[in-house]
Amino acid sequence: MFGEGWTARAERLALGAFLAQIEPASRSGPPDRVGGLLHTTTGMQKTTSQSNGALPPPAAVRELRKLYRDIAAVDGITFSLERGTVTALLGGNGAGKTTTISMLMGLVVPTSGEVRVFGADMARERHKVLHRMNFESPYVDVPMRLTVRQNLEIFGRLYGVRRLKARIAEIAADFRLTDLLDRPYGKLSAGQKTRVSIAKALINEPELLLLDEPTASLDPDTADWARTKLEGYCRDQRATVVLASHNMAEVERMADRVIMLEKGRIVADETPADLIKRFGRANLEEVFLAIARRGADGAAGAAGTA
Amino acid sequence: MTLHSPAAGRAPLGEQASPAASARRIYGMVLRYWYVIRSSWPRTAELIYWPLVQMLMWGFLQSYLAQAAGFAANAAGLFIGAVLLWDILVRSQLGFAVAFLEEIWSRNLGHLMMSPLRPYELVAALMVVSLLKLLVAMVPVALLAYLFFGFNVLSLGFAFAAFFANLIIMSWALGMVATGVVLRWGLGAESFAWLIVFVFLPLCCVYYPVSTLPAWLQPVALALPPTYVFEGLRAIVLDGAFVGHLMLEALALNAVYLAAGWALFAYFLQRARVHGSLVQMGE
Repeated sequence: MFGEGWTARAERLALGAFLAQIEPASRSGPPDRVGGLLHTTTGMQKTTSQSNGALPPPAAVRELRKLYRDIAAVDGITFSLERGTVTALLGGNGAGKTTTISMLMGLVVPTSGEVRVFGADMARERHKVLHRMNFESPYVDVPMRLTVRQNLEIFGRLYGVRRLKARIAEIAADFRLTDLLDRPYGKLSAGQKTRVSIAKALINEPELLLLDEPTASLDPDTADWARTKLEGYCRDQRATVVLASHNMAEVERMADRVIMLEKGRIVADETPADLIKRFGRANLEEVFLAIARRGADGAAGAAGTA
Repeated sequence: MTLHSPAAGRAPLGEQASPAASARRIYGMVLRYWYVIRSSWPRTAELIYWPLVQMLMWGFLQSYLAQAAGFAANAAGLFIGAVLLWDILVRSQLGFAVAFLEEIWSRNLGHLMMSPLRPYELVAALMVVSLLKLLVAMVPVALLAYLFFGFNVLSLGFAFAAFFANLIIMSWALGMVATGVVLRWGLGAESFAWLIVFVFLPLCCVYYPVSTLPAWLQPVALALPPTYVFEGLRAIVLDGAFVGHLMLEALALNAVYLAAGWALFAYFLQRARVHGSLVQMGE
């Protein structure tokens, strides 16, 4: 306790006030897959209440727009995430998923609108919250020449992880990496690399986890193992997850909420089950195809008649 | 697990923002580059290769001239000293820029840029790494210069410290500009990081005095800190005098270059965020 700063103590005081006011049911167990989700429409925010307003949501974007020259990669989207939920960002190639995630991480500056993570404006205050987030993507590597242990050590230091050696040993055991710790990352198989990447993403026990196709290029067994691990982490830590994926089965399994993007706009925002039901389809893959093939405007019409 | 409290194993915000935490992140990055150097002996050999070739070539040339011309005989160590100092500038700038390029080659930049590592911490780590690489490269070469040609760079004493400091600061300023350009324009601008320093080879009057340049070019030379270092070297070797004001002028100019280098780096980083180039970089 004495080693912690006043900020941490203030956070705990706020936490106490928060815990006293929320319902017990929402404090334990997995989040309700339907209740409490914040619905959104393109360009118009109609968020329901975020608990009592004492604590900011893990991530909230408002009227977010990103133009590359005159092309809108993201076009006025608004949504807010609830703690402990998994939200999938879906859409075809070029729909705006990666740009949205990049803006959530602060890697890309919005043309207009606002991104807030744990209440911090990512345009100006990102360093206040970056240690509470992490990111995993098969398209962003960690250094190939370094061993698994060295990579975990370096990222642990960057994220200010305490008792780093113990944490590395713990996470290595959890992700079946103990025997690989002293092997160069570049010499691992795709499945082993993914395990290292996920371990890196969880090294700081993030409260907000951004996953960009976390199981791409994995065999079904390894992909299932990775999903189980991620689900376990989110359940145990009540972490909030943003998941971009083209694997609809994965989304159906993991996500509490789906935000479907088309040409940078949100064309659907609800639970996977509701989405499937509303479109009258057998699964999310069919819904995705229906929306992608009809386009944003058609999708809205289809949704109304489905 | 508590809600909205710092995770058990992670330092809270107050600690994350402290100078000690900043130093730990810088140390983490230095370790990252040190592990890369350590992991590959060809890379270490490459660090030494060019300074060694340069030193041998100019050393033998000077030995030949010493037999044939009175001036060169009196100017023992001039070329060797110049080439060693020039390599300090080149190796330090390349050490800085190449360490940064490692992040792009390994597609790791996105991870770093969304980690709590701050831009000035990245720059500080690159500065430390450039010094480390310089030591790896120059210590063996300086030893060989002494063994082959009897030139002891440390015999320059305090002057060497002043030369070294001025060249290092300039190399960092150039390193920041080079990495800023790569940040903004990606690997298409990689050659800029490798070549930027060589623009200064003719302008900084490494092997000849400023008066050799045409009159219109001399103000350009005098606006560059390394020019004062090489003038200072010639003053010591030829006249046996350490000219302190040259070093002070170089230091003043370096302060301007360092500030401009940082400003450009920060500007290009911001532009990279606007253009989305941070998420598109790779091999």
